[in-house]
Amino acid sequence: MRARDMLRGDLEGADLEQHVEEAVVTTRLEKVLNWGRANAMFPATFGLACCAIEMMSIVSPRYDIARFGAEAMRASPRQADFLILSGRVSIKMAPVVRRLYDQMLEPKWVIAMGACSSSGGMFANYAVVQGADKFMPVDIHVPGCPPRPEALLYGFNKLQRMIQGHPDPGWRTRYNAHGTEEWARDLGAVTPEALDAYAAAREIAEAAGEPVSGAPETPVDVPGPPQERADVPDRRDRLERDRGRFI
Amino acid sequence: MVRVSTTRGSTPAHGRDVVAGTSAEVVGTSIIEHTEAEEALEPEQELMTINLGPHHPATHGVLRLLVSLQGEHVIDLKPIMGYVHTGIEKNCEDKSYWKAIPFVERMDYLSYFFNMEAFVGCVEKLVDLEIPPRAKYLRVLHLELNRLHSHLVWLGTSALDLGAMSMFFYCFRDRDRILDLFEMSTGQRMHTRYFQVGGVFEDIPVGFERKVRDFCAEFPSRIDQFEALLTNNEIFLHRTKGVGIVPRERLLALGVTGPLLRAAGEPWDLRKVDPWLAYGEFDFNVPIGTVGDGWDRFKVRIEEMRESVRIIEQALDGLPEGPVLADDRKLVLPPRHELGTSMEALIHHFKLVTEGFRVAPGEAYYAIESPRGELGCFILADGSAKPARVHLRDPSFVNLQAFREMSVGGYVADLIMNLAMLDPILGGIDR
Amino acid sequence: MPDAPGLELIAAELNEAHPGSVLGTYHDRDQACLIADPEQIRDTLAWLRDTPGQEYTFLASVHGVDYLPAEPRFGVHYELLNMARVERLRVRAAVADPGGDELPEVPSVCDEWPTADHQEREVYDFFGIVFTGHPDLRRILLPEEYQGWPQRRDFPIGGEPVIFTNTENEVPGWYA
Repeated sequence: MRARDMLRGDLEGADLEQHVEEAVVTTRLEKVLNWGRANAMFPATFGLACCAIEMMSIVSPRYDIARFGAEAMRASPRQADFLILSGRVSIKMAPVVRRLYDQMLEPKWVIAMGACSSSGGMFANYAVVQGADKFMPVDIHVPGCPPRPEALLYGFNKLQRMIQGHPDPGWRTRYNAHGTEEWARDLGAVTPEALDAYAAAREIAEAAGEPVSGAPETPVDVPGPPQERADVPDRRDRLERDRGRFI
Repeated sequence: MVRVSTTRGSTPAHGRDVVAGTSAEVVGTSIIEHTEAEEALEPEQELMTINLGPHHPATHGVLRLLVSLQGEHVIDLKPIMGYVHTGIEKNCEDKSYWKAIPFVERMDYLSYFFNMEAFVGCVEKLVDLEIPPRAKYLRVLHLELNRLHSHLVWLGTSALDLGAMSMFFYCFRDRDRILDLFEMSTGQRMHTRYFQVGGVFEDIPVGFERKVRDFCAEFPSRIDQFEALLTNNEIFLHRTKGVGIVPRERLLALGVTGPLLRAAGEPWDLRKVDPWLAYGEFDFNVPIGTVGDGWDRFKVRIEEMRESVRIIEQALDGLPEGPVLADDRKLVLPPRHELGTSMEALIHHFKLVTEGFRVAPGEAYYAIESPRGELGCFILADGSAKPARVHLRDPSFVNLQAFREMSVGGYVADLIMNLAMLDPILGGIDR
Repeated sequence: MPDAPGLELIAAELNEAHPGSVLGTYHDRDQACLIADPEQIRDTLAWLRDTPGQEYTFLASVHGVDYLPAEPRFGVHYELLNMARVERLRVRAAVADPGGDELPEVPSVCDEWPTADHQEREVYDFFGIVFTGHPDLRRILLPEEYQGWPQRRDFPIGGEPVIFTNTENEVPGWYA
């Protein structure tokens, strides 16, 4: 719209300058930079467990990651662009991973490969951190146990599109499923019996010295469904923007 | 500012405490550790102690090594493990015997069929279940294919550590062919959950046997290609000959088993001395080394790959007809086609899937020969449907105790080579 | 494996050589197990290794078991292997739980059987059984300053509760 206005000579003054800044200079340069970043990324070899074997196989000739530009796997975090967190993150390893992530230079991304690094996987126990995003930002989660090398490559391609500025639309946009979200609900008034039970349990917990959460009468700020909220854009805008988007 | 020290004294007795003089903060819990040689020093001496890992391209997983160096010579070495400790043994106590199989499988993540066999074999010992002969042969077939797979990954990554990068690509190319075979028969490349208590999950599909035979026909020539690259390669010989020798008696005292023990000259292979499954019916050799250096370990594993191909071919030749799962419906799922017609089958299926089968109280220890050594599984059953204790005696965990003796006194480069030839898998070490 | 009468013979001879060292035997599913007194475990294992005719020279595994609620609560299992005859023998050191904050103690066999080094540390790490005389008894698989002995039966499994729509009110504020 604004490009057409500019060509027609309808944009004036501050509008014109802003448009030039946004669309022409900054965006073009950023686009080139992002294209370079996406197509020449160095993965940091971070093999923790079984997913590491499948990660090694994407370097192998069959599932070649070199054709996407990411062949040079850098062991040093200072030289790496993104971290493929492949494997279960144990509680002993988590500070080490965080330190390595901090040592990486901007811009950096993280792919959490496999179920264990995305969410703790099948190991819901004392020793595994239930998802790497508990302590570090993760950009792409690749599900699987272990994910096939093709799945990891698909995740890597998604990351590349994300870096280049046109991230893949979420599945709700793709399958036209907006409005199907389930939201944390306000569950209504609490019965007197439940109140008594809560009070008794709280006394026991306090006597044992355990931390106690808030009383049940505390109002919970529950955001409503998107149709009734002002801060969520109307889904029709997203449909318009993403129509014809190549996946 | 936090200054943490070793558990043995309040302050580090020797060496400079680098952190104390600065305003730096110790993030997380990095305990300033020392190796034994460092602790034994005079106050004015100092050894360079470097930290190798846990994130390091050559440590085959997240193994942390604290190495005290004098120049390039390794004076002392301390391995620190636990960076991928997953609490598998604790998780297994929470799940019924059938549902614990995927947990146990992910322990030693390169030899997943062996993990399954150790656990399932132990359960079968506890419930006294005899599996049909076809299942035994199919298990041996998949186990030997897994041995090939494990040795190929070992060869690829070890050669990569020593600098022979092209070996990595060749080995992974062949490894992908084995994973194709696994995918054909079990549906999944890794962590297949194929072995069940009572046999194997499913029969092999049509065409699998031909594909395996094609693979076996071609694979020995591939091993010849690998050997042509490495066996008489002068650099490889210089790096591995005479390096990392530990005498055989010392290895036995340290509990080391597998190719490391065989390379030192001890003819000990559980497949031969205590045949389990159908190994007694096959004709194969067990390669034994003489000196026990890095080259012997390499050669023993290469020859084991050749012998595994022979076993696979014999298993295919002698594959008996019959069911692949035992008949006992109290322990083994009935075939699905019966669920529509037989009420008893439906009830058995329901009971087995929800609660699982109960095992009478008792304990059992069952040991098999995995690509790294003796993999043992100990299960304590308390009469319920869940095991009360599952312990896996992992070969790499015990073999790692020999690492210090192998490397102390040599160079840092030899340390890397020793670690490569030791073939540790941290998933097994840390469980 | 030594069969049941052979096992009784071994137990009798051991009790002769070191009185009170064998508290019982147990032969089940083709496996032989001696239940030993933890105080004399070093003598027991040394006798089994050195006596001509026994020669269980290979210690395959050292691991701990929690038999809660049975008494004595813990067992430290030593899986012995006679390589010449390919026979396995299990020695269970029946360790009682002293209760409260005290940790049970077992003499370490590290100097005679070097393979027990890391494995005894693992038993200490998981069960809190202290091996007296061990050169370097620290946690091996868990972080060094971890509190608790995870493999004991009364230690909770840990992890997080899985959140479904009908359980989300039990984990208030999870969406924050």
